[in-house]
Formats: sequence, structure tokens, C-alpha cells
Amino acid sequence: MNSNTKFNILRTLLSVGIALLISFILILLTSHEPVKAVVKLLTGPLESTRRFGNVIEAMIPLIFTGVGVSIMFSANQINLAGEGSFHIGGLVATVIALNTTLPAGISPIVCILLAGIAGSLVTAIPAVLKIKTESDILVSSLMMNYLILYFSNYILSYFIKDPSAGSVVSYAVPEMTQFSTIFAGTRIHIGLFIAIVVALLGYVFLYKTKLGYELRVTGENQDFARYSGINVLKITLISSLLGGFVIGLGGGVEILGMYSRFSWTSLLGYGWDAIIITTLAKKNPLYVPFAAFFLAYLRTGASIMSRSTDVATEIVIITQGLIILLVVAEQFLSKYKHKMIAKEAKATLGNVKEVE
Amino acid sequence: MSNKVLQMNHIMKIYPNGVVAVEDVTFELIKGEIHALLGENGAGKSTLMKVLFGIESPEQGQIILNDKETTVKSPQDAISKGIGMVHQHFMLVPSLTVAENIVLGVEPAKSKMFIDMDKAVEISKEIAKKYNFEIDVTSKVEELPVGIKQKVEILKALYRGADVLILDEPTAVLTPQETDELFIQLKKLKEKGHTIIFISHKLDEIKEICDRATIMRNGKSKGTHNVADISTTEMSRLMVGRDVVLSFDKKPIELKDTVMKVRNLTVKGSTGVLRVDDLSFDLKAGEIFGIAGVEGNGQGHLVEAITGLNKKYNGEILVFDEDIKKHSIKQIRESGMAHIPEDRMTLGCAKNMNILDNILSNQFDSKELSGKVMLKSKKIQERVNELIKEYLVKCKSSKQNVGMLSGGNIQKVVVAREFSTNPKIIIANQPTRGIDVGAASFIRQRIIEYRDAGCAVILISADLNEVFELSDRLAVMYKGKFAGVFKDVDSVTEIELGKYMLGIKHDDRLEGIIYEQ
Repeated sequence: MNSNTKFNILRTLLSVGIALLISFILILLTSHEPVKAVVKLLTGPLESTRRFGNVIEAMIPLIFTGVGVSIMFSANQINLAGEGSFHIGGLVATVIALNTTLPAGISPIVCILLAGIAGSLVTAIPAVLKIKTESDILVSSLMMNYLILYFSNYILSYFIKDPSAGSVVSYAVPEMTQFSTIFAGTRIHIGLFIAIVVALLGYVFLYKTKLGYELRVTGENQDFARYSGINVLKITLISSLLGGFVIGLGGGVEILGMYSRFSWTSLLGYGWDAIIITTLAKKNPLYVPFAAFFLAYLRTGASIMSRSTDVATEIVIITQGLIILLVVAEQFLSKYKHKMIAKEAKATLGNVKEVE
Repeated sequence: MSNKVLQMNHIMKIYPNGVVAVEDVTFELIKGEIHALLGENGAGKSTLMKVLFGIESPEQGQIILNDKETTVKSPQDAISKGIGMVHQHFMLVPSLTVAENIVLGVEPAKSKMFIDMDKAVEISKEIAKKYNFEIDVTSKVEELPVGIKQKVEILKALYRGADVLILDEPTAVLTPQETDELFIQLKKLKEKGHTIIFISHKLDEIKEICDRATIMRNGKSKGTHNVADISTTEMSRLMVGRDVVLSFDKKPIELKDTVMKVRNLTVKGSTGVLRVDDLSFDLKAGEIFGIAGVEGNGQGHLVEAITGLNKKYNGEILVFDEDIKKHSIKQIRESGMAHIPEDRMTLGCAKNMNILDNILSNQFDSKELSGKVMLKSKKIQERVNELIKEYLVKCKSSKQNVGMLSGGNIQKVVVAREFSTNPKIIIANQPTRGIDVGAASFIRQRIIEYRDAGCAVILISADLNEVFELSDRLAVMYKGKFAGVFKDVDSVTEIELGKYMLGIKHDDRLEGIIYEQ
């Protein structure tokens, strides 16, 4: 392992450590029972099977959005429409499940595949706009999310709403289309396996296939990619389509696994969380499940903490923010990095004999 | 007080990418001398001077200025201590006048708010007169030729009270005539008591103008010598550590089929300025067609058009008798064209990817290295390892990021990649710029090998030595046109070529030599 990799790991861990430490200090300052709060935050999720199950359940959608955003960010497509992709994925899966009568084994597969396709269209629109009109993908993708939200609210209210239910929710998805739980005492569903497979496939795609290679080269240096003969526009579009597909898939899986009715009337935030995960995982889908687990654990811990003490869950939002700030801050620890590199360079000086 | 203006003792500088640019170097200046700092690109000359000028802070070492130990924290600090630097790339504001540039940052004030422009002009005129620089101080910098811009830079430093003047490769951008004029000025500055550090790797220039020379190689000092007492051969030996092969063995030229035909090529720049002006030429297999010229005379735009990077051109470019206008860059590459780009960092590589990924970019799609979907990792690793060995790329492994390598090694990675596809046409744009002599000579040797094997080469270079050594046929580009074309490279002198490069001389009848009707 060279000093650079070592340094990156060290910096990420240190960032997490510092962020947690600051959060603890905040808890200490604001809570009447700080010790209990910190203990709950850190060990709460381990207290029962059900609670640990909560961590895994929360991790599943994060893996999907994390992998999707990693694919898009690897191509340097800062496409933020993931939020919309996830949302429409959930909606499409619900609509398909309610309106088709397919055999039990096939129905959920069709639902989530179509959810994926819908998701890919959402992220592709800003990409096409960028290619055709050179509009800023950041702005257009951001706006997509609201477009999708209100479109989905409209569909929910006028087409699939169950009038007999007390709130704005859809009709119940047929039982046979829903995912079954796989661990007794929890709500962990087959989606976990799909998520892990998606992360593995995402890794294989980016690092072992031709297309994935083209995508990474384009992301690292677009001019170099073009000069090398890579069709940059094609890659831009493919990365958005694929990323959106994975995220949309996640939306479908979430509905079939965790909900029996479509009830999302506001954006859920998994698209944003994916940016945190992508940052922690350094855009590598292989690391996404770990980053997703970390975030899910922190969230579950926070929720347990807020239920049993006087500290609000919002404290972990501060923690997340700090982690991101520290991880992306290039100059953080740069002096230390320089020292480490200088030391290594000096050490190798003795070994390199000059060619006379 | 001793006669030593400056002493730099045991300076060491390590860059963030781990490169030890300067290792334990000691350097002294005697008042009123012109002191050459000699060394190949990457030897650490510029870094040492950046340390002196406060741009880089050293890991260790001591700077003694006028018998007092000091630290130079920033360029401002350096200027206040009487050190001035003229960079290779000028630090001037093109849209301002000469006078405005000279007083920039230390403007004479009318009241507290406003600049006294008349005073600025007056001051500038005075200082130009004092040093015998003939410059119209009211003209805009962007309208001036390079030689004059350099004078403005020097005046700028003098106005700020520079006793020690650092000139970073001042002749690199000058024509032979402009160089002569610069030397006269420098000698005058010396008479006035200024001390000059002259960074260069051109031995004859050092012989001509310098009193002493400190030679650097690989970040170390190889000693300081009186220029009068050391021969150029000895200097070059100290500089490179081996005798440089100045002439290459080339097989006699054996022209084969015409592989590229360019007819009436016209390219406009982004601002609508005509960059390539109705250019026509043929390129045959087995020849190196050298294109010399001062940078910015359309060479870059010509390359962009013939390599497919820019499709917005008029005229015709035929590669193997096929019009490439509708062809993608990939198709052009697949027809056998390789391209060593002018700027290796923007076009030539992805610096945050490893060597393997960088070599793969133009050949990952080949049958040997990939299937329909998957890359053949093992085969790729083998190929890359072979290339690293063959091209003597100094690295820890193929997994090292390209950005961590030295310039010469990055260029070797670029060349290894471009040549490993067995090209039939090589477009080499400044293939050895800014790299050490070992790497440069290696790359030139390779180019010749490909030419001997029947490859057609277009060599664009600002390095006259390089175009002279390598070319079978030579053209000089001036303002988007060929100002002159020489079938026999040996028949033209450097001075002669300089005239063409400056636009003083111009041949109209190029037909027949440069292309067939």
C-alpha cells in the first residue's frame, strides 16, 4: 500500500472520529443525561435483534442510491436527480403491482425492473439537456426532483389513492408481489441480497468492463478521454442511465420490501444520503455497503437515543455534515501528508543509485 | 563585507508528489557576475530558484543574502530584499500598457485613490532610458513581440530595485536575433553592478555570456566552474552524466506511398482569428516531416484538425485517401494514427489514474486486451509491464498514479501508449518538451525507429536542434502558413531558419516541394 492510500484511509477514519467527538461534545453541552445518550447512540442498535434489523433495513436503500450515485460521479456527472429516481421507482413499482396480474415469482421482478427504467429516465433527462443545450446538469437535475415529486403526488392523489384509507396512501400492493422477510424478528427482506449483488455488479462494471473503464477515464479527464477516441457524449448518457436505473431499482425494492402502500408525499432524502456514502466510499461500489452500514447504524442509534433520552436525532445530521466537510477538505491534514511523503522520499533516496 | 551577494547552503526541496527536486544543493553568487545555472529540464534549477524567490519553501537549508542569514517567505518578500525574477512564462497583463505593467502594484498615486498615469509613463520612460531599453512605454503589452515583452519583465524587476536578477530560460522563446539583443542588454546590466542568474541548458549561450556556471543534475549540484576554464563537452558531460548523442543514426530516406494529403486547410480560432491559412501538404510513409516555428503560429490548430479533435475546418484532409471530416477520433486512430499531444497533462493523461489505466485508453477495445464486455486483466497487466520495461518508465509499479511521476516519465507513458498500437502515422507535437535529456533522446530514437520501419511522422517542435536532427523535410510555420520549406535540412542554417520563423523571409513558391498537384 503506498503512502497515498494509507493517507486516504487515515484521513477518512480521522474525519469520522473528529465528527463523532464534536457530536459528543454537543450532547454533553445540551443534555441532562449525556452519558446515557452517547451509550444509546453507539450501542443502541446492538441491544436487540429488532433494532439491529432496523440498521440493515435502513442500509438497503442506501446501498442502491450509493451505487447509483457512485456510477454517475465516477463519470464526473454530478447528477443530483437520484432523489427523483428513487421516488419514481417507488411509484412505478406500486402502479405496476396494482395494475397487473402476473405470476407470483415474476410480478416483483417486473415491478422493480420497470422501476429501474423509470429511474434511469429521470437521471437521463438532465444528461440529455446537457448534451443538447449545454445546460448545467447540477441545476437541471436538482429541479428534476421537484418535478418528479409533484408528478408523483398527482398520480397518487388522482389515480392510485385508496379512498378508504385514513391518509393519502395508495391501495395496498398485493401480498404476492411484496418481498418476504428473511430473518424472523426483523423486517429484513430479500432486497438485501439484491442490494449486495448490485454493489458487486457495480464494482465489476466500473473496474472490470470496457464500458466501465471508459466511464472512469471520462470522469477523470474528459479531454484525455476524447483524445483517446472515447465517445464522451455516449459515456455521459450511459452513466446517467445506469446510475438512475440502479437508484430506481432501489425505490422499487423499498416499496415492495418495506411498505405495503405507496405513501411518499415528500422526498425521502436517500438521494442526498447517497452523496455522503459516495464520498465515504470514494466512488467505489465495493465500499458502498460499508459506508451505507455506517450511516444506517448512526441513524438507527440516533433514533434510539432520541426515544430514550432528551437528545434529538438531528444531532447526527451535524455529525454527517462534519464528516463530509472533513473528508472533502483537500487541505485537511495536508501538512501531515507532505511530511509523510517527504519522509518516504528521503528513505528511498539512499536506495536509488545514480546512473552515471 | 565579502564579495558574495548570496549563499544558499544545503538546500533541500521535496514536492507534494514525493519528488525530491533539490537535494542538498549549495549555490553562491559573486557581485556583478552573470552566473549560469545549468542543467537539463527536471534537474532542479527552477526549483532552486523558486526557493530563492520565495515561491517554494525548502525542507532544509540556509539562505545568506549580503552576509545576513534570511528566509524568503514570498515573492513580495524576495522583491523587497532586492531579488527579481523573470519567469519563462511572462507575468504581464496583456491588456495594459507597458508603463502600467511596470508600475503594477507600486503605482505612483495622484491622491490616495487614483493612479498618476502621467507619472507612471514618466517613470517607465526614465528607467527604460537608464538601462538603454528602447521601448514605447505607452503601447499595449498584447501587441508586442515576445522579445519586447521579456524586456518589460526585466524592467519591471529593475523598477522594483532588483540587484539580483533571475532569468528563467530567457532565450527559450526568443529568435536568434532577439537573443543577441538580450545578451547585449544583460552585459550592460552587469556593468551597472547587477548580478544575474541565467538559467539555461544551452551551452553555447552560456559560453558566450556567463562568467561562472553551476551545473545541476538530478537535484544535485555538480560544482561551480569558471566558464572560461571549462569546455562545452565537459559541461555537457557534467550535466547529463554521459555524452549526449547529438546525432542519430538514420537510415537513408526511403519514401513510400503518400499517407496523408492536406489541401487548402483553413482553421479559425475561437475568436474567429485565422489560425491555419490555406495550408496544403503531403505526407509520405518513411519520412519525418518537421514543422518548426515560434509557438502560436497555428501549429496547435493544424494538429487539432488532422487528428480529428477539431472538425470545424475548411479544406480537405485525406488519410489513406479517405476524407476524415466525418470520421470519429476512434476511427482515425484505428486507421493507424498516433498522436503525442503538446500538453501531456491536459490531453495526454489522466493524472489521478494509474499507469495501467493511462496506457489502456487507446487500446482497451483491441481483441487481445478485451472481450465483448470484459477487460482481460491478466493480458493487460502483461502488456503494460512489458511497455514499462521497454520504455524504461521509472515507477514503483503499474499501479502508481501517473501524476506522481516526473515529467519525463509521464511523457514516456504517453509515448509508450501511442506507439504500442503500431501506428502508421505519428503526429508528434513537442514530443520532448520539458523533459530530461535521457528521456528526450530515448523518445527521439524511437521516432526514428518508426520512421525507418516505414512510418510517416509529422514532428512539430519549437526546439530547433530537434527538428534539425530528426527531420527529413522541414517547413517553417509562420502566421498559419508555411513561410519556407526545405527538402534538404542540412542546407539551411539556424540563423536562416530564424528569419523564416520571424517572418522576415518568406518563400512563395512552395508547390512541388510540399505537395504534388
